[in-house]
Amino acid sequence: MTIGLYAPGASALHRLPAGVKLGALVAASLALFAIPSTIVALAAVPVAFAVYLSTGLGLNRLILELRGPALLLCFVFVFHALAGSVEEGIAAVARFAALILLASAVTLTTPVSEMAALVERLLGPLEPLGVNPAKVGLAIALAIRFVPMIAEEYRQIREAQAARGLDRNLLALVVPLIIRTLKAADDLADAIEARGIET
Amino acid sequence: MTRDVSTRDIVYIALFAALMAAVNLVPPIQVAFLPVPITAATLAVMLAGCLIGAKRGGLAILLFVLLVALGLPLLAGGRGGLSVFFGPTAGFILSWPVGAYVTGWLTEKNWPRMNAVWFFIFSVIGGIGVVYLIGIPWLALVAKLSLFDAAKGSLIFVPGDLVKAIAAAAIAETVRRAYPLMQAAR
Repeated sequence: MTIGLYAPGASALHRLPAGVKLGALVAASLALFAIPSTIVALAAVPVAFAVYLSTGLGLNRLILELRGPALLLCFVFVFHALAGSVEEGIAAVARFAALILLASAVTLTTPVSEMAALVERLLGPLEPLGVNPAKVGLAIALAIRFVPMIAEEYRQIREAQAARGLDRNLLALVVPLIIRTLKAADDLADAIEARGIET
Repeated sequence: MTRDVSTRDIVYIALFAALMAAVNLVPPIQVAFLPVPITAATLAVMLAGCLIGAKRGGLAILLFVLLVALGLPLLAGGRGGLSVFFGPTAGFILSWPVGAYVTGWLTEKNWPRMNAVWFFIFSVIGGIGVVYLIGIPWLALVAKLSLFDAAKGSLIFVPGDLVKAIAAAAIAETVRRAYPLMQAAR
C-alpha cells in the first residue's frame, strides 16, 4: 500500500497492536470530553505532542497534518471569544488539538492493512444483526485495489480530453469515468458470480 | 452491511467508493464553471445517491468514510486518517452516508420522472440539508458553541455546496441518459 498516510518506523507506537492504539484513542477522547476542566485540556496538549514526537516522525509531517485543522480551530476560538467565553474557547481548542495530535499519531504508525483487519474483527460481534464482516472486508479490499486503477483511468481520460480542449469541462471528465467504472463493476460482478463465489 | 447486500452490490459499492477516492487522489483541477476544486466529497455524496440508489449509494459513501478512517488521504487537501474524526467537523463527515442514502431514496422513488431539476433538488436535500442537519448540531456540541454560532460558521460553505449540487445534477442527468442505471440496480 503506497497511498496510505502510514509512515514506516520502529517506535514503540509502531509496534503496538492497532486495537490497543484505537482503544486508547477512544478512551482519551471520552475522558477529555467528559472532564470539563480547562487545566486538564491544556495539560493534554503537551502529552499528546510528546506521544506524537515519540513516533520519530519529523515536524514537517506534523505541520502538513495540522494546517487544515488549525484554521478550523481558529474559527472555533473566534466564535467563543465573540460569545465572551475566552476560557471555554481555549479549552475547546486545546481539547481538539490534543485529540488531533493523538489520532494523527495512531494513523501515521498503523498500516492500512492492519486497520482493515481490525475493522473486520470489531464487526464480528455484529454478525447476529446481519452484518457480514467478510463482505465488509471484501468491499474494503476491492476498493483499495481499484483506487490506483481508476486513478490511472482518470489520468488517461484527462489527457484524452485535453487533446480535445475539454480538460476543463467537468462533464467531459467525470461522465466517461463514471460509466467506465460502472461497466467495470458489472464485469467484475459477472466474473465473481460465474466462479460461484456467492457469499 | 446487511444480509440483503449481494456480491454484485458489494462490487458496486466498492468500485463507487474507489471512484470517489481516485478522483480525490489525482491532483485537483480547476473546472471552468466551478470556483472550488472538484476534490469535493459532498459532490461524491450527491452523485452516489443519484447514480446507484439509496442502499448502495449510502454504503459506498460509508465505505469511503471508512477508507478515510483507515488512513487513506482522501479528503480535501490530502487529509485523512483518524484525526478528522476527532476534529470539530466530524459530524459533517459522518453525515455523508446518511445524506447519500436520502438522496438515493428520493431518486429511487421518483426514478421514472428524473431529470436534471429533480437530481438538483434531491442533491440539495440529501447532500446539503441532511449534511448540515447533522453536522451543525455536532459542531455545536463538541466545540461547545451555540447552535446559532455553529450554523453561522457553516453558512459560508452553502454557496459552494449549491454549485456542487448543480454539477451533480448535470453529471447524473448525462449518465442517466448514457447508461442503464437503475435497471441494473434491481
